[in-house]
Parts: sequence; C-alpha cells; structure tokens
Amino acid sequence: MPKNPGLIFLAAFLVNNILLIRYLGLCPFFGVSTSLNTAFGMSAAVLFVMLLAAWVTWFIFHIILIPANLVFLRTATFILVIASLVQFVEMFLRKNFRTLYSAMGIYLPLITTNCAILAVTFLNIDYKFNLLQATIFALGTGLGFALVIILFAALRERLDFAPINRSFRGYPIAFIAASLVSLAFLGFIGLFGLSL
Amino acid sequence: MNNKSSRLSYLTRGIILENPTLILMIGLCPTLATSITAKDGLGMGAAASFVIIGSNLVVSLLRKLIPTSIRIPIFIIIISTFVTIIDYVLQAYQPALYRVLGVFVPLIVVNCIVLGRVEAFAYKHGVFDSFLDGLGKSLGFTLVLGVMGIIREFFGAGTLFGKIATPVWFRQYPMLLMLFPPGAFLLIGIFKALINKFMKQESL
Repeated sequence: MPKNPGLIFLAAFLVNNILLIRYLGLCPFFGVSTSLNTAFGMSAAVLFVMLLAAWVTWFIFHIILIPANLVFLRTATFILVIASLVQFVEMFLRKNFRTLYSAMGIYLPLITTNCAILAVTFLNIDYKFNLLQATIFALGTGLGFALVIILFAALRERLDFAPINRSFRGYPIAFIAASLVSLAFLGFIGLFGLSL
Repeated sequence: MNNKSSRLSYLTRGIILENPTLILMIGLCPTLATSITAKDGLGMGAAASFVIIGSNLVVSLLRKLIPTSIRIPIFIIIISTFVTIIDYVLQAYQPALYRVLGVFVPLIVVNCIVLGRVEAFAYKHGVFDSFLDGLGKSLGFTLVLGVMGIIREFFGAGTLFGKIATPVWFRQYPMLLMLFPPGAFLLIGIFKALINKFMKQESL
C-alpha cells in the first residue's frame, strides 16, 4: 500500500475497489442494489459510518489498546465499538436531523455487521496508517463503494426488463453482471503504478 | 425432536438443502475472496468451521444464563473470542495460509453464518443438536469453498492442490480470469443458475 495520501485515495477508490476487487461488503451490494434510491441511501450510510468508525477505532487502538498491551482484544473491541457507535448515531440522527435520518436511517442498523466497515478498520491497523492516511483510506473506500453500488443499481434496473433465461434470472445474472463490471475495474491496475 | 432421523437432518440439511452460501446467500465475501486455490479455500473453511462449531457449543451451553435482551452483544463477544483464537493459531502455525487469508480471518466475526446459527439454533437447542447443526453448516460452507477453489485453481493455474494436473499446452495459456475477481463472480453466478435449474426453485 502506498503512503502518499493521493495514491491511497486512488488505490482505495478504484484500483483496490472494496466491492469488486477486495470482495468485501457483498451482502448489501447484492441486497440493496436493486434500485437507485436504495443504492444512494445505503452508500451515504456506509460512507458516513466508515469515516466515523475509522476515526474511533484508530484512537482506541493507538490510545488504549497499544499502551495497555491489549492488542489481542482488537477483534472484540472493534466490533462492539462499531455496533454501539451505529446505535448511537441512529438515535442522534432520529432526534436531531430528521431529513438525514429519513434518507439513510433504515440502512444504519443493517451495516453494523457490514464486513466492509470492519475491514477498513482492520486494514488501517495492518497498513500502519497514521490518522490522516486512515481518514483518506476510509473516504476512498466509502466513495468506491458508493460508485460501484450506484453504477450497479442502474445496471440492474435495466436487467429487470431484459429477456433472460429463467434459471439465470435474479441472483445469477446479477453475479455475472458483477463479474463483467469487475473485469472493467481490473483495467485500473497499473494506474500511477498501483497494483493489486 | 429427539428421534434419530430429525437429529440426522440437523447435520445433513446444512450441506445441501440449507447450504449457507449457495441457497441462503450468506457468507459470500470469504467464499469469493479465499477460493483462489483449493488449499486456501479449504483452509478458510476450516477456520470458519472452528468458529461456527465452537460458538454454537458455547452458546448452547450458556443459553439458560444469557438474558434475551442483551443476547446479541454476548454472542458477539463469544464469537470474537473464537475468532481471536483461530487468528493467533493460524498466525503461529500456518503463517503462509494466514498471509493469503489476511483480513478475512478476523472478519469471520461478522460472517452472517456464525451469528445466524447461534441466534436461530444454538440459543434454543441442546448442546449435541447444536454441535450437529454447526457441523452441518460448516461442512456446507467448506464444501462450496473447496469446490470453487478446485475449479478456479484447475482452470486458472492448471494445478490441483498445488500439484501439476494438466498438460503443458494448458498451463501455457491458462484462464487467468479464474484467479481474479471476475472469475469468482462468474463461477458463483453459474452455480446459482444451475441450482435454480435443477432444484426447481423460484429464483429470487
């Protein structure tokens, strides 16, 4: 992984796209990419929680877990922190920002156990990112998620009306469409010298 | 509930009829990501099986002590304990496999199969039944990972479990696509279509 913030962003956004190249967060990808509206709501919620989670877990890891020599508790701590964070954000939005809540509120509980969110927090630690790099990485990953899920939702709205063999209708054709989109994303390998 | 045939069905239904990956469509991320070779796929299957069976056992042992209102956080703590154990065991004894699986080992904690089985089955059933259920679901998961790994390795690299299995002309121009993400998506799409065709199931 590069250290330059601009390259980190590009790597997370396109070259190592979280959905199509890293295969993370596939459940919401196939679940909510059936219409453009849900895709927008879901990507907004993921982007928001991803950034928050990256900050919170970065501070917890570097301020509490490392000094206390409790690195082995990483998995348990991160998942519990993210779960409670999402609950808290949901309550806060419902009380104070009704419009924002109605746009992405229902997706918030769904992404508590979204592996993309947890993966970003783990990768921030594995790549030894500082706070700025971690922020850029989470931002790029979240935007990459949004880009692909919105592109794919537009594609799937078309698929509903296409004449497709009965056995392939629904999930199978969605997977095969994902395969083709992913093939297109492989074309970004080598951009600014970035590799998989 | 206690007769033999229904007990056996706890074990067998997870393998085909309620296969977590192909029928229930959960746990997709590790299935696609770690099935690049047969060995990696089976390694991931084994790691996930340890967590599924272990947390099923512990939850069903403690099911009378866990209050309903806070059961999910408790489940998550139990699951993440097993995940941490397998994380460190693999790091110490199978470093090559651990490097390949990477972030997917700690991510077993958010694998829907684990939390799903604990919540839907182990919290309501006895220890032995929960063990059988966990074993069945693990076998179903591992089976899909293994089969996908074998197919992808065979067509993508021309080897089986790391051993050369195809003629030279095949290995000179292998279907590299199969080793990359598009191949994984394509393969699972074809699997799902075959299931729709032969199991007379309405596709969703």
